[in-house]
Amino acid sequence: MALPKRRHSKARRSKRRATWRASTPMARVLCPHCGQAKRPHRICPHCGHYRGEEVLLVKEA
Amino acid sequence: MRHQKDGRKLSRTASHRRALLRNLTTALFEHERIETTLAKAKETRRVAERMITYAKRGDLNSRRLVARVVQDRLIVRKLFDTIAPWYESRPGGYTRILRTRARQGDAGEMAMIELVKTAEQKAAERKRIEEAEKAAEKEAKAKAKKKR
Ligand SMILES: [Zn+2]
Repeated sequence: MALPKRRHSKARRSKRRATWRASTPMARVLCPHCGQAKRPHRICPHCGHYRGEEVLLVKEA
Repeated sequence: MRHQKDGRKLSRTASHRRALLRNLTTALFEHERIETTLAKAKETRRVAERMITYAKRGDLNSRRLVARVVQDRLIVRKLFDTIAPWYESRPGGYTRILRTRARQGDAGEMAMIELVKTAEQKAAERKRIEEAEKAAEKEAKAKAKKKR
């Protein structure tokens, strides 16, 4: 069975993995309620607001 | 060919999927808002909306059709007596899906599915919750005093 003959260096491994990245950065918008960055079309994870009031998820104690 | 085949498989066999959607639909009517994955929420919406439409008809036949899916008598009763009247004048669109977060562990897209309510309904609910919290706080304080 085929087996690796030599160990690959960390640099080689890292160079291979250096191309593993998202093709486009994740979309971010500022929450109109708290001003922090959040993903668009999602409930704000910082303050629990979405579309005007919609207070959802009573956030942390 | 997959012509006209719609709906998601949700990585389950037909019977498993049927049971899952029954459970999710029943839970939605019980709790009025549930969190699940986005795909499951969207499938639940199809079933739940149809159940509400049946409930609005309110006759015995529609009650039997609903009971095939919602296999909990109390929740069928709640759907017909409590939930259906909310939507008398709403032509469908009784549920709302809101995307929430990426699940810890597998980054699955999570969403909330809820029964649509008017602003007055929400305000009344919030008031009820606040009052219950206050009462619980008072009780806790009274208990702490007794101990001392
Ligand atoms: Zn926010």
